[in-house]
Amino acid sequence: MLNFVVRRLLAILPVLLAVSLLTFLIASLLPGDLAYVILGDQATPENVAALRRDMGLDQPLWWRYLSWLGHVLQGDLGRSFRTGQTVLQAVAERIPVSLELMLMAEFIGLLIGVPLAIACAARAGGAFDRFMTGSAFAMLSMPSFLTAILLIYLFAVELHWLPATGYVPFTEAPLANLRFFVLPALTLALAEWPGIMRVLRSDMIATLQEDYIALAKAKGLKPSRILFVHALKPSSLTLVTVTGINIGRLLGGTLIVESIFALPGIGRLLVGAIYTRDLVILQGVVLLVAAGFVIVNFIVDMLYAVLDPRIRHGHA
Amino acid sequence: MSPPLLTIENVAVELPTPRGNLRAVDHVDLSLEAGRTLGIVGESGCGKTMLSRAVLQLLPRQAKLTGRVMFDGHDLVRLKPESLRRLRGRDLAVVFQDPMTSLNPVLTIGTQLMETIQEHLELDAPSARKRSIELLAAVGIPAPEQRLAQYPHQCSGGMRQRIAIAIALSCEPKLLIADEPTTALDVTIQAQILDLLAREQRRRHMAMIIITHDLGVVAGRADEVAVMYAGRVVERAPTQALFKRMHMPYTEALLAAIPKLDTAPHTPLPAISGRPPDPTRPLKGCSFAPRCRYAAERCREAKPELKGAEMPGHLYACFHPIQMAEGIGA
Repeated sequence: MLNFVVRRLLAILPVLLAVSLLTFLIASLLPGDLAYVILGDQATPENVAALRRDMGLDQPLWWRYLSWLGHVLQGDLGRSFRTGQTVLQAVAERIPVSLELMLMAEFIGLLIGVPLAIACAARAGGAFDRFMTGSAFAMLSMPSFLTAILLIYLFAVELHWLPATGYVPFTEAPLANLRFFVLPALTLALAEWPGIMRVLRSDMIATLQEDYIALAKAKGLKPSRILFVHALKPSSLTLVTVTGINIGRLLGGTLIVESIFALPGIGRLLVGAIYTRDLVILQGVVLLVAAGFVIVNFIVDMLYAVLDPRIRHGHA
Repeated sequence: MSPPLLTIENVAVELPTPRGNLRAVDHVDLSLEAGRTLGIVGESGCGKTMLSRAVLQLLPRQAKLTGRVMFDGHDLVRLKPESLRRLRGRDLAVVFQDPMTSLNPVLTIGTQLMETIQEHLELDAPSARKRSIELLAAVGIPAPEQRLAQYPHQCSGGMRQRIAIAIALSCEPKLLIADEPTTALDVTIQAQILDLLAREQRRRHMAMIIITHDLGVVAGRADEVAVMYAGRVVERAPTQALFKRMHMPYTEALLAAIPKLDTAPHTPLPAISGRPPDPTRPLKGCSFAPRCRYAAERCREAKPELKGAEMPGHLYACFHPIQMAEGIGA
């Protein structure tokens, strides 16, 4: 098992390196000279040249990359030339919002998707299954801004149950904080559950054809035990993958949902950085988000081993 | 004579397919008394597995089952799911063909053994564990205590089939259905597994159905043999009587198709030529007629009924039964 963990960890390193290179290139190859952006239209060529020298922009690309990478490895991702905040500070400020949103959205998504998938698979092809598969398809094709507006209209405007927009930190007012998160999380969850349901449903249907499920029935086990103990675990590998990808994606913030609900998360930090050409922030945040994604996928790999002993023992 | 433990009456199984209904089992009657062994023999696709699934009520959902399966006073076809569940695993147990797929890969052997015991017998976890260890020891698994914490993939095929047998035996069933229990195993293991089944069957005085394509498997182990072809029982007899004097040409062909050690090298095996009839297009006459070397006009026109031979308990479905004067050794 330890061997397995170490092997997977070593495999992450080249991925992270490639990610850092790509991040750097994207930021560097964006049109427009950073020095002009900072100094504005009225800058003299001398000023620009001086700033370029100060920032090392006159150095060749590979040198700038290595020097940036060197700083990153020492934990220094740079500092915004607009706000003076370091990348880490900016991210630390925003990440609790995106994390909370992600956790709530995934939780609600799984809460809806998993039981529906099991219920559909248990009677595959039945009326309920056909209805839910159709509904999932309809939900998949609904854009999140539409869901968001409909939810705001229903729960905030008509029913006055929940606030439409806003945010308070959890530490200041836990309950109010949660109330602010319900609608955005629900918006995301409504987009997540169809994927969760479809993946788990089809894996469950395949598993239920297995010999060991027939044997479990022949052993006279309760239907609930067959579904939840014998069928769910071997069917959940793809589900774990999909959930991992979802989590990784939501980790980077959700531009549209954070904007609609006025949540100060990573998504809005990134958009802001793009609008203001704050390349240091952009570069740093993208790198951190990508690293988060890679780490989530590493955890997913570990979960495979937990779910399937054959992977743990290196048989599959 | 006490009433039989299992009676299969006029059982037919139809499966809908895109090419029309497939008649997997075609009106089969069989019975089995407590403590006895019945062998069901036939080639792939003859309906023997579907028949066993019909007894276990494990047919695919779209399958249509007609007829009656009486087991220990219960009509299994009409039994409520909850009552059926209490019967399965406890009085009615099964060992499937392939132990590589019949054990759950993500659950430990201990879990898979103990869950059956705890479902049907009122035992707490330590007693169920103790019983599991005894069962594993009884089916010949060394170091049974260590095995409980292991997963199926950590055991060999023969080992897994022993575990599957231990699971089947765990609640002292009255009937054990072994569906090709050795087909997926190495030849060297096959005899061991069959002997194990026979020994446990005698020791526990349970009834057993052995399903196989190999007449040799049932030869020394079954009290009675039913030969199936194209969904029907075509010959049925006490094992001794069958091997002494088989009447159905198909049975003869099946026996001839078994390789023998004493034939000279490079002798072609007398395989049964042709293929079984398409089960979605039933023949008017005898299903075996197209492949039978004794077939006459009548065989293609009418279906022979299963009828009694001169020996009591010996039934066959053939217009031109072969009557061998000398018994042949099995």
